[in-house]
Amino acid sequence: MIEIFLGKYNYWIYITLMMIGFYAMIAKHNLIKKIIGMNIFQTAVFLFYISIAKVKGGTAPIVWEEAIQYDNPLPHVLILTAIVVSVSTTAVALALIIRIYKAYGSIEEDKILEMNN
Amino acid sequence: MNISQHFPVMIVIIPLISAVIIPLIGRIRRIYGWYVSIAATFSSFLISISLLMTVFEKGRISYWLGNWEPPWGIEYVVDYLSGFVLVVISFIAFIITVYSIKSVGKEIPEHRITPFYSIYMLFVAGLLGMIITGDIFNLYVFIEISSLAGYALIAAGRKRDALIASYNYLILGTIAATFILLGIGYLYMVTGTLNMADLRERLPLLYDSKVVRTAFAFFTVGLSIKIALFPLHIWLPNAYTHAPSVVGALQAATATKVGVYAMIRIMFTVFKPQFILEVVPVSQIFLFLSAVAIIAGSVLAIGQRDIRRMLAYSSIGQIGYIVLGIALANKSSIIGSLIHILNHALMKGGLFLVVGAVVYKTGITDIDDFKGLGKRMPFSMAAFTIGALSMVGVPLTVGFVSKWYLALGALQAGMWVFVPVILISSLLSAVYFWRVINNIYFKDDGVPARIDDAPAGMLMPAFTLAACCIIFGIAAFIPVYITGFAAEMLLRG
Repeated sequence: MIEIFLGKYNYWIYITLMMIGFYAMIAKHNLIKKIIGMNIFQTAVFLFYISIAKVKGGTAPIVWEEAIQYDNPLPHVLILTAIVVSVSTTAVALALIIRIYKAYGSIEEDKILEMNN
Repeated sequence: MNISQHFPVMIVIIPLISAVIIPLIGRIRRIYGWYVSIAATFSSFLISISLLMTVFEKGRISYWLGNWEPPWGIEYVVDYLSGFVLVVISFIAFIITVYSIKSVGKEIPEHRITPFYSIYMLFVAGLLGMIITGDIFNLYVFIEISSLAGYALIAAGRKRDALIASYNYLILGTIAATFILLGIGYLYMVTGTLNMADLRERLPLLYDSKVVRTAFAFFTVGLSIKIALFPLHIWLPNAYTHAPSVVGALQAATATKVGVYAMIRIMFTVFKPQFILEVVPVSQIFLFLSAVAIIAGSVLAIGQRDIRRMLAYSSIGQIGYIVLGIALANKSSIIGSLIHILNHALMKGGLFLVVGAVVYKTGITDIDDFKGLGKRMPFSMAAFTIGALSMVGVPLTVGFVSKWYLALGALQAGMWVFVPVILISSLLSAVYFWRVINNIYFKDDGVPARIDDAPAGMLMPAFTLAACCIIFGIAAFIPVYITGFAAEMLLRG
C-alpha cells in the first residue's frame, strides 16, 4: 500500500495538481480564475513529462566524464515546446478577457450570461 | 537538387512564412496581404495535387526534416490518405481566401484586416501541418497552432458574443489538447518513440498494458472534443454563429475535418484496426455516439432560427456520419467517411459562403427574414440550393455518394440498424433545409427590392464549391478511386 503511494509519488502529485486545475476550469465563474486553473492543469502534465525523464542515478544530460548515466533529455525538449504553447494560450486567453471586460464590464461568467439573455 | 523533393515541407512552410510576410507587406497597402494569402494558399493547393500524383506514381512519400532519419527526426508523410485530405483542405482554403476580401472588408475594422490575414494563414498552416506530419508530438504542436489561430479568428466577430464563444472554445480546446499531450506522454513512456510508423510497430506487444489503454482513452476524449462529437459539441454552435462569415466558413469546412483526420491517424496508423475492434471495443461506443450525433444534430438544427446556427448544428450531425464510417471500419464505410470529409467541406463551405454573401448584402441571418430572397439574389440562392440538395443526399450530388457508401458499409458489417439512422437523418435535413428554401422561393414579402445579388468575387467561389458538389456527384469514381486506396491502406492489419 505504502509502495503505491510513496513509490510513485510523482504520479500522485501530477494527478492531484491536474484535478485541481480541472476543477478550477470547470467550476470557477471568474474568467481569470479559469485561466489560472488552466495553467495549473497544463503544468501538471509538464511535471508528469519531466518526472518520466528521470533515470535512476542519472545526471543532467550534459557530457561529463564521471557520469554513469544521463537523464532522458527528450521529454525536457518536448516540454519546452509545450510551455511555449501554454504561454501563448494564456496570452490569447488574457487578451480575450481584456476585450470581454471592455464589452461587458465584468469578468464574472454568470453576470455575462445574464447580459446575453 | 530538385525542388520538388522538398514539396512536403513547403506545403507547411509557405503559409507559415506568408503569415510573417503579410504584416510587413500590409503596411504598404492593405490589399497586398490578401494577394499574399491567395498566392500562398494557391501554391499549397498546387503542391498538394503534385504530391498526390507522386503518391500514385511512386507510393508513400517520407520526408525527413533536417535530414534526420526517423524515428529520431520528425517525418512528414504523404500517402493516399494524407494526400487526399491535403488536396481537399488546401482547395477549400484557397477558395475561401479568394472569397474573403469583400466579406472581411465589411465585417472587420480596417486596421485589423492585415493581422486578420496573418492569423488566417497561421490557421491554414496549422491544419496542413496536422495532415502531413508523421510525428505524434508534431501533431500536437500543429493542433495547437491551428486552434490558437482559430480562437483569435472567432474572436474577430462583430458582436460581443463572439468573445464569449471564443473564450469557451479556448477553455474546451485547451482541455482537449492537454489530454492529447498526456496521451502522447503515456505512449512515449512505454515505447520511447514519437514516430507514428514506429509506434505502430512497437505498440501491438503492449496492447494489454494499462498505460497504452489509458493513452488511447485520452486521445479519444481529446480528439472527440476537437471534432465536436455529440455530447462534447457545446463549443461549436456559438463559435460558428458569432465568428465572421469567412471564419465560419473556413472553420466549418476545414477545422473539424482535419480533427477527424487526426482521429483516423491515431486509430488506424498509430494503433491498428484490430485494437479498436477487438482489444478495446471502442468502436462500439463510437457507433452509438455517432448515431446519436447524426439524429441529435439534425433535430437540433430544425429548431434554430439563425441560419448559421442551423448550419452549425447540421455540422454536428455530419461529423456523426464521418465517425460512423470510421467506427464501422470496413472498406466501404471508410470510403464513405473519407468522401464525406470532401463532401462536407464542399457543401458546408459553400453554404456558409452563401450565408456570408447574404450577410454582406443585407445583414440578415434570421431564417424568417429570408422571404423572397430567391428573387433578389437568384444566383446566390441557386448555389445555396445545390449545397442543400447535396446535404440531403439527393442522387447526382456528392452527398448521395458518401451516404450510399456509408449505408453499404453498415450492411456489410451486419449493422443494418444504421441504415434507417442515415435515412431518417436525411429526411430531417430535408425538413430543416425546406424551411429555408420555402422562405427563399415561395414567400414574397420581406427583403427590400433594392437588394441585388452578391458581387462576382463572392459568387464565383460559392459556385465553384456548388459545382464541385455536382461534378464529384456525377464523376463519383474519382474520389471513390482515391479513397479506395486510402481505405485499403488503413485497414491493412
